[in-house]
Amino acid sequence: MQCPKCHGNMRTFDRMGVHIEQCDGCRGVFLDYGELEAITRLETQMAAPPPPPPVAPPPAQVHYVQQPVQPGWGAAPHYGHGYHHRKHNGLSGLFFSS
Amino acid sequence: MDEGLGGGVRRRELVEWVGGSGEGEVLAVRGDVVVVKVGDVVVKVHEVGTDVDGLAARVRVAAAVGGLLLPPVLGPAVVRGRVVTAWPLGTPVSSDGALPMEEAGRLLAALHRVRVPGPVPPARAWSRVERAVRDVPDVVGADVVLRAFATLGPDRGGDVLVHGDWHLGQLVWRDGWRLIDVDDIGVGDPAWDLARPAALFAAGVLEPGVWSRLLDAYLDAGGVAVRRDDPWEGLERPARALVVQMAARALTAAERDGKALTEAQGALLDACGRIVAGWAGGGLGG
Repeated sequence: MQCPKCHGNMRTFDRMGVHIEQCDGCRGVFLDYGELEAITRLETQMAAPPPPPPVAPPPAQVHYVQQPVQPGWGAAPHYGHGYHHRKHNGLSGLFFSS
Repeated sequence: MDEGLGGGVRRRELVEWVGGSGEGEVLAVRGDVVVVKVGDVVVKVHEVGTDVDGLAARVRVAAAVGGLLLPPVLGPAVVRGRVVTAWPLGTPVSSDGALPMEEAGRLLAALHRVRVPGPVPPARAWSRVERAVRDVPDVVGADVVLRAFATLGPDRGGDVLVHGDWHLGQLVWRDGWRLIDVDDIGVGDPAWDLARPAALFAAGVLEPGVWSRLLDAYLDAGGVAVRRDDPWEGLERPARALVVQMAARALTAAERDGKALTEAQGALLDACGRIVAGWAGGGLGG
């Protein structure tokens, strides 16, 4: 699908079993109905003790959990499909020699 | 038997030069660069065309910066037309085990805080990028690499002592972790020494946690290359350059060896594509 904001290409990622779309261009995230609630619920389950449920309206941009910042041309989140399996295939050749 | 190594120099001649015994064992061959182990010493046969005076200045830096860089044993000298240096033998980082990212971060931070010892040539990180791009064969993918290169603009330079080609292969254990390979060391922008892991992280190849360990250790140790609140302000351009360099080298090696790209190399080509798309669309920097 196309990004509703910048018309860039959107790619689907699987985050804790929830499908989300992220724009390759502006990095914006598109969530279907109920997906933000599903993610929030999963995060709440993982945290201990569970934080109180959010009372404020959901933010416009969804931020990933503890991901180091990337530049604008950075790859999609590492836990999605696509790049997930790349890190062990060929990394040593790139990080261990000139 | 002692066949001529790249460029004609023989192992026996290297063993004699360093005053060792035995035959010498070839540890690595990369293009015309050869590394030979002679007892407790390794002899490096540098690239054809290496500037001896420039290398001598860089070797003096290694001798002066104790505890961070492995100190030289001998050289540079010329043996049968090839520039050679000798160094203590160290144990390389194992790619299977735990990666010493914290130690690497601390070493780089300390290197970047060294007062530059005497006249030192410029670091050669940028010329490595230019050379990698110049060597790219006319194959599928070359176009996007060249277009990504075109987004880079001139190098901003700097006056900090930098390694110039840092990766985990440049770290050995010898009385502690030490940096090796002085061929590209010099003064420049220290962000270049973080550029390769930064590029691999941004391309989705290096795990975020491994990158964080390096960056955090570097900053905790007082590293001056980047700001903690916005590391990509200083890192973005050198990391973009390293994406281009690694993608270029990947295409060159794949063509030379008749092999397909690995997934990690493919991810670098993809990153070049995003860089080109981003710049065409008005720029998406840090």
